[in-house]
Amino acid sequence: MHATKFKLVKVLQVLEKLDQFVTTAYPLRLFSIQLLGSEIMELPGSEISGAEIVVRCLQEEGVECLFGYPGGAVLWIYDELFKQDKVKHILVRHEQGAAHAADGYSRASKKVGVCLVTSGPGVTNAVTGIATAYMDSIPMVIISGQVPTYAIGEDAFQECDAVGITRPCVKHNFLVKDVKDIAITMKKAFHIATTGRPGPVLVDIPKDVTAAKCRFEYPKTVSLRSYSPVTKGHPDQVRKAAQLLLQAKRIMVYSGGGVVLGNAAPQLTKLVRTFGLPCTSTLMGLGAYPGTDRQFLGMLGMHGTYQANMAMQHCDVLLAIGARFDDRVIGNPSHFSSVARKIIHIDIDPSSISKRVKVDVPIVGEVGDVLDDLMALLLESGNEGLDAEALKEWWCQIDKWRSSDCLQYDRTSEMIKPQFVLEKLYEITNGDAIVTSDVGQHQMWAAQFYKFDKPRRWINSGGLGTMGFGLPSAMGAQLSNPGATVVCVTGESSIQMCIQELSTCKQYRLPIKIVNLNNRYMGMVRQWQQFFHGNRYSESYMNALPDFVKLAEGYGHSGIRVDKPADVEAALRDAFSRKDELVFMDFQTDQTENVFPMVPGGKGITEMILAEEL
Amino acid sequence: MRHIISVLLENEAGALSRVAGLFSARAYNIESLTVAPTEDASLSRMTVVTSGSDDVVEQITKQLNKLIEVVKVVDLSEAAHIERELMLIKVRASGKDREEIKRMSDIFRGRIIDVTDSTYTIELTGTCAKLDAFIEAVGKGLILETVRTGSSGIARGERVLRA
Repeated sequence: MHATKFKLVKVLQVLEKLDQFVTTAYPLRLFSIQLLGSEIMELPGSEISGAEIVVRCLQEEGVECLFGYPGGAVLWIYDELFKQDKVKHILVRHEQGAAHAADGYSRASKKVGVCLVTSGPGVTNAVTGIATAYMDSIPMVIISGQVPTYAIGEDAFQECDAVGITRPCVKHNFLVKDVKDIAITMKKAFHIATTGRPGPVLVDIPKDVTAAKCRFEYPKTVSLRSYSPVTKGHPDQVRKAAQLLLQAKRIMVYSGGGVVLGNAAPQLTKLVRTFGLPCTSTLMGLGAYPGTDRQFLGMLGMHGTYQANMAMQHCDVLLAIGARFDDRVIGNPSHFSSVARKIIHIDIDPSSISKRVKVDVPIVGEVGDVLDDLMALLLESGNEGLDAEALKEWWCQIDKWRSSDCLQYDRTSEMIKPQFVLEKLYEITNGDAIVTSDVGQHQMWAAQFYKFDKPRRWINSGGLGTMGFGLPSAMGAQLSNPGATVVCVTGESSIQMCIQELSTCKQYRLPIKIVNLNNRYMGMVRQWQQFFHGNRYSESYMNALPDFVKLAEGYGHSGIRVDKPADVEAALRDAFSRKDELVFMDFQTDQTENVFPMVPGGKGITEMILAEEL
Repeated sequence: MRHIISVLLENEAGALSRVAGLFSARAYNIESLTVAPTEDASLSRMTVVTSGSDDVVEQITKQLNKLIEVVKVVDLSEAAHIERELMLIKVRASGKDREEIKRMSDIFRGRIIDVTDSTYTIELTGTCAKLDAFIEAVGKGLILETVRTGSSGIARGERVLRA
């Protein structure tokens, strides 16, 4: 018996050497098992290492793309990745990039984003990306290496308390101390990340646990007594909501990121269209309702449209769907609540309800399911449906607000206006691109001027506001949508925060188009300094900028510098005609341009500064 | 307003720090927090005494419920409940004070559990307010050391908190 075991080990060693030439060790191992027949169940092959279990779990979960960066504590896992080809590993250049890429991958698809980082600096570098995903409720699983269990707490090399550091910015996290717990923990991690209000889940695995062996069985289901998110809305609450809507004269629909994450865009669109309602969206919800539709009033909030903000304040029934009354959205909560209007709030997360604003009819549940139920009830009401006369009047009022044309800008300028670039971008991509952005003025202009007709096309860091998000999230979006046109709208300050990922784009031939709105300033900081700090532009000027064309070329891509409005269109057409290349477009834009309308911090949403007021 | 919140949670490493972290991250008050395993060793029962407006306390219970390891949350102060805290207190007991301290301890139904020539150590249970009253009655000048467990609470009558 022992002799047979020894023989099999030898066979396996020889086969693993073959790995150098053939990267499919797993089928080869199966082959060896067949050779040796029935004794296999007792042989070493039936117990596999923790590292192999991790990789097998990813395969079982159908993970196709893993973003990561190797290091000491995850070497066994990388060794197992090397031996298989089901999970494709994307080597980023910085762990922040891994987390953002996994995040963008998830946002642009309906899949879970997965990343793998080493202990210590590996995981601390990923924290910004994890917090970004947490704030925007993105389903992600982060696997981090940890120093061996016997070294934990001894200030070992590259040790940090990953579970402690990430606790406030994950939906949940685990430290796996026994190889037998890896499979069930991975199952729980994917379950928690994707159900209820989604979010990132971190699994921290010490190195010795990845080296230890046990038998592998992936659980088919998992149930946690302490975790069972509600899915269906309470029928009584849905009925109350329907009654309120039927009595209303001025309904406003306020849709948020939850509609995109809950894949409820069809239900939202159906409801809004069937009853002819006005609809606005938060930054995170853009695309859930078609941006080109007449019933869409544009984005609301700090840089929302005049008509959207006015309608929010003057409606008599507000239907909030998968949105959380964020400070950038409703401004000052006491100003917002100072008018008498009834609020219906549909959300998967009970703690989002009545957090900043008291609501009248809370409905906890999956937004899609609740909207289906609500729709059915409203249709049942037949002829006694909504008050058509009142709705007509309401639209008259809204159209008056809309006629203010609040997104106007100087089209005769001799300098490139950023808004113009975005309008042209929209035109040339037929409104059909996946657009990622960084954070600042360019993000707001992209949200205002690129009209998204479909969900999961607009990818940006809304909650945490992470500069550096745009490029790596575009990589993720491109990898989950290989044939799609992916654009990263950025600024010269943001792009420099994760610029190293240009190298990753080269390695994996990701044909992302980068639209750099280069105004030589941290534009949004400069705008606030102009408005609220007496034009004292403290440290917001970006001096010593690189030559972005040469920089792109240095990474093996091509670049175009554009200085005049007349050259904008040609440059865009040129870039988008190069289907297989990453093209970095550096637009030298007007340094003084500001984002309007603007609700100053602490003000009510109707207290907007409009362009012509300055 | 003061609230006493009972939490049933998985008896797992790190669960306590999630609760404590939640209170500090969201700037909620904790007056006291006690936790220990229940008759089912896989579960811990925690009692948190906190204060805040109704809105804040509503958020606290919702946020606690959102923690993956939390099985159930009840705001005991919403209905009739019993609350007890244990205090061990060491006081200077010499001369004329010695007799007075003994009498005081009896009045509060305390038990003297350790004695030296010049000190008494007294065990006292009761509501938080009763323990405060004892401290007040003895007077800070005589107190050498105080150890309090924080309040534990349970609902009156048939109401139970189980997994």
